[in-house]
Amino acid sequence: MENKDVIIIGGGPAGLAAAVQLYKLGITNILILEREKHLGGILRQCIHDGFGLQRFCESLSGPEYAQRFIDEVRELNIPYMTEVTVTEVTAGRKVTAISRRGVMEFQAKAVALTMGCRERTRGAISIPGTRPAGVYTAGVAQSYMNLANIMPGQEVVILGSGDIGLIMARRLTLEGAHVKAVFEVQPYPSGLPRNIEQCLNDYEIPLFLSHTVVDVKGHSRLEGVTVAQVDEQYRPIPGTEQEYNCDTLILSVGLIPENELSLGAGLTLDSRTKGAVVDEDYQTSCTGIFAAGNVLQVHDLVDFVSIEAERMALSIQECFLSSQFGNAEIEIVVDASISYSVPQKTTGKKDFTLSLRPKRPGRNCTVFVKQENVTIARKKFAKVLPAEMIQLAIPAERIDPEKKLEITLI
Amino acid sequence: MRREYTCIICPIGCDMTAEIEDNEMVSLVGNNCAKGRVYVQQELTNPIRTIATSVLVKGGELPLASVRLNKPVPKASLFKVMAEAKKVILLAPVRIGQVALQNVAGTGADLVVTKHVDAIH
Repeated sequence: MENKDVIIIGGGPAGLAAAVQLYKLGITNILILEREKHLGGILRQCIHDGFGLQRFCESLSGPEYAQRFIDEVRELNIPYMTEVTVTEVTAGRKVTAISRRGVMEFQAKAVALTMGCRERTRGAISIPGTRPAGVYTAGVAQSYMNLANIMPGQEVVILGSGDIGLIMARRLTLEGAHVKAVFEVQPYPSGLPRNIEQCLNDYEIPLFLSHTVVDVKGHSRLEGVTVAQVDEQYRPIPGTEQEYNCDTLILSVGLIPENELSLGAGLTLDSRTKGAVVDEDYQTSCTGIFAAGNVLQVHDLVDFVSIEAERMALSIQECFLSSQFGNAEIEIVVDASISYSVPQKTTGKKDFTLSLRPKRPGRNCTVFVKQENVTIARKKFAKVLPAEMIQLAIPAERIDPEKKLEITLI
Repeated sequence: MRREYTCIICPIGCDMTAEIEDNEMVSLVGNNCAKGRVYVQQELTNPIRTIATSVLVKGGELPLASVRLNKPVPKASLFKVMAEAKKVILLAPVRIGQVALQNVAGTGADLVVTKHVDAIH
């Protein structure tokens, strides 16, 4: 058993940013464990540009954005291992990993969970019909095209207007496929407006809101789908069914934090974010186990993933320096106007950044953070969308440790 | 005539409303920065876009290297850019920043590699 100060699980954007930041803060006895052959995570297959506008003030592709961090990891000589799968993290921070070289065990003072997320699949949204080939999640289609040089199909229907689905609509079109339409069950798009514009409108690909796939046809290969309009409760409206012949159905229906290890360690999860419950230090319900990036909450921009991971690294250092691993007891609760908040708890002793997502699109709204009738923070927004995360600064000096924080969007 | 635009320059994606007369922008509201105005002006005269794709790599640990245009090209030439990109075969190793194809389809823009691909050992 080897002792490490910090074991970082996952070498994607969150893990890389956390490692570089920890190292610069003087915490050097660290190790990144990555399952794939290369560092970089999902960015390796995100070849479109638009990454890094906030951080580097230039528009990079995913692989370039990742490489900036990989270069830093190499320059600083930060230890990492690839083709290593972590099989268990215990509440006592014992990390077990396997590779072709065998089984490894580490005892860590802190564990940084940066495993990212997974895509929701056909099973997760229970689409009826047969089970032919040709039904892919958007990320799988993206890896086929951008990593393996395999074209998923020619006549394409896309279900879900998540950003990866929109990006794939453009990518498939440019490669000669015919993308017939994108269907979204919600009455508003779930991807960013700029992606609707440059991935759909530019190529005259129609987007139908409040529509879903109600049947899948075909035996060995997909032959077509039936699409119907839905009512406010997302129930298909009889009589609105339309048939679309296609050999490919791409699903872009949401992302869920990767929770296998978190569950194994016994972490408390949040049913709304689907990730771990954390305090303002990004510390989970388990002392010394931290989480950041898409494993904590699904982000819309990688730039924010990097920033979150760096904040987590800073918190880990502060915990090491003070030998105090916070015991957050002040609850942060949201009302029906907001889908979730991160963190979900705070010690009330540190300023922090609160991240949240509105439940519905809105204009000229204000987020209020209150303790009973006292407003401790507020921020105005000209426009809010469920597709865009909102962040605001919470000053610790205004927090009353006896009362919970209540958040509302009006 | 009033026309709605969504700015694609950055992830904020401002919703903008332009008043247009004889294909000239008379007024613009909704943009948070000066780039929005430039974008609408460009959309009126000659819409331009950058795209990313991949080119084949021979002898590499991966079959493809991702590439992108180093500057935007007229929207109308995007499929010509794709056709040219399909003909490119690079020899591994391939490095980020390497030019895969100069002056693609006469647009004046280059296709630049965005992923390191090492040679197979």
